[in-house]
Amino acid sequence: MAKFITSDKVSAWLEELGRKHEVLAPRNEGDSIVFKPYDSKKGFNIEREATAPPKKACFPQSETLVKFSHIKDLENPEKVALDVKETIPTSSWVVFGSRPCDARGFTMFDRVYLNGKHVDVYYKARRENTFFITLACEKGETTCFCNWVGSGPSDPTGSDVLMVPVDGGYFLEAVSERGESILDSSLLEDGGSKQADADKFRAEADQSMGEARDLSKAPAKLLEAFDDMDFWEAQSAKCLSCGACTYLCPTCYCFNITDESDGVKGERIRSWDNCMSNTFTLEASGHNPRPTKAHRLKNRVGHKFSYYPDLHDGVISCCGCGRCIKSCPVGVDIREIVLNAIAYEAKEKADGQ
Amino acid sequence: MASNPYLPAMATIQEVIQETPNIMTFRVTFNDPGYKEKFTFEPGQVGQLSAFGVGESTFVINSSPTRMDYLQFSVMRTGEVTDKLHTLKAGDQIGVRAPLGNYFPYEDMKGKDIVFVGGGIGMAPLRTLLYYMLDNRKDYGKMTLLYGARTPVDMAYQYELPDWLERDDLDTHLTIDAEYEGWEHNVGLIPNVLLDIAPKPENAVAVTCGPPIMIKFTVQALAKLGFKDDQIVTTLEKRMKCGVGICGRCNIGTSYVCQDGPVYTYEQLKALPNEM
Repeated sequence: MAKFITSDKVSAWLEELGRKHEVLAPRNEGDSIVFKPYDSKKGFNIEREATAPPKKACFPQSETLVKFSHIKDLENPEKVALDVKETIPTSSWVVFGSRPCDARGFTMFDRVYLNGKHVDVYYKARRENTFFITLACEKGETTCFCNWVGSGPSDPTGSDVLMVPVDGGYFLEAVSERGESILDSSLLEDGGSKQADADKFRAEADQSMGEARDLSKAPAKLLEAFDDMDFWEAQSAKCLSCGACTYLCPTCYCFNITDESDGVKGERIRSWDNCMSNTFTLEASGHNPRPTKAHRLKNRVGHKFSYYPDLHDGVISCCGCGRCIKSCPVGVDIREIVLNAIAYEAKEKADGQ
Repeated sequence: MASNPYLPAMATIQEVIQETPNIMTFRVTFNDPGYKEKFTFEPGQVGQLSAFGVGESTFVINSSPTRMDYLQFSVMRTGEVTDKLHTLKAGDQIGVRAPLGNYFPYEDMKGKDIVFVGGGIGMAPLRTLLYYMLDNRKDYGKMTLLYGARTPVDMAYQYELPDWLERDDLDTHLTIDAEYEGWEHNVGLIPNVLLDIAPKPENAVAVTCGPPIMIKFTVQALAKLGFKDDQIVTTLEKRMKCGVGICGRCNIGTSYVCQDGPVYTYEQLKALPNEM
């Protein structure tokens, strides 16, 4: 199904969608563009990639898993009963103006959260009820490398509707069955006549990306370099272990679980965690299997470009959005690290021994 | 496991045993009779115990699936959650998420001699397998147990030791690190005592658990005795949160200790990246 919407009707469409769903759209906040509940007074900004991806749509930065309360028996103060309740979210959401990398990022979650031995029921409840209206990119930024990781500037993977800018508005294409229901609106016109324009836009966007580097050797080469800590110390020399890369990454799915309590009542909460932090793997005994930033960066890059692909049919757990590069305060570039690993030669060889 | 892997099943503590100054054992039963009835696990699987308001930690179920009157967990006091767990007493409520992880390959071990080597709290995961095998004794060959602790005071399950020592179907050796008044058994580090006992590697499997340094030297001693990498089984600990292979912190390369472990052969561990 293909539709067309004129630019001046987009706000009305979002308001219409907002009557049935909670709508998240990117808007300016200070110098950043962030996804927020859509507010017609504040508008939206889809001119460039949002500073932070819409990861929170299906994976809130912090989310209650369980609520509990201790109930004292007044007759017998020694006896304390516990009431424990799960808190599965029930609502539906529309993410408007995500980019192809953003929507595809959730497919990395899906393999682990939905298709593993255990189903993450909280993620499932959100994922199944979140619709992605994704805007195709006109051209890649200098930090973009979605085409290196098996995607592209108009890749519809993970989206429900793909939105392509054309003269006077946007060509809208349903890319999932449920996307068709999103396009059932009197504000939209038939899009058949705009198909050619949209195809041209997409082809030109693909052209803009430049040549993709071949990362097929990355899984094996990263393992080959695993024990060479000189290599990893060199790769991580600039890194501050601040974790900005993990929080801004559409595919970073690690979390922590903590309890918060006022003594009587409380909640068990999961929050985004950061594998670049020293405490991520710190054990109660004091032992830490990843004691330095070099160990931690090795695991972060290793997970995305080696372990995850090994476990999931070669799919790289990076969507190439480039936010980790753009937002790193010291200019760590994950592309360089992966390419260095691919070019890695064991020391003996390099030294000619 | 419930359909929500994060939702603990509520259980009642039936009995608390102060094993050593810093180890307590909890015997628990599930509150829901239907859940209790259906609950099964395999020897070596772990559970997450909830101290509501503080958090969860992972412990092996150290009772045997052949004895389902209660589930038993031994908790060494090391951090915030274990501090809180150590305040619990019989009758208190506790949350349990179990069973999690893989288990000892007890089917593959049938017909073989079994050598258990446990150090300190590392005896807990061996205990579940020990009782499982004692309850299926005819399926296994000669069974040898070497259990060591720093001092007699640090030795958990003391009330069971007389039986283990007396049994004809279990060759039990106890050791402590240094001389101690009234101690009648071995004195010396576990790997050294193991070399003295010298169990035969032919058609045998060694199962070891304890502090990392003890495991390291025990594996070396076993190798010296002729045990091959695939004849050595151990169980690992890592910091865990979800326990179901999702939250992403307990991996060694592609292997998630909470789901693919905690039980590994030494051969399997050697194939993983070196990040213990």
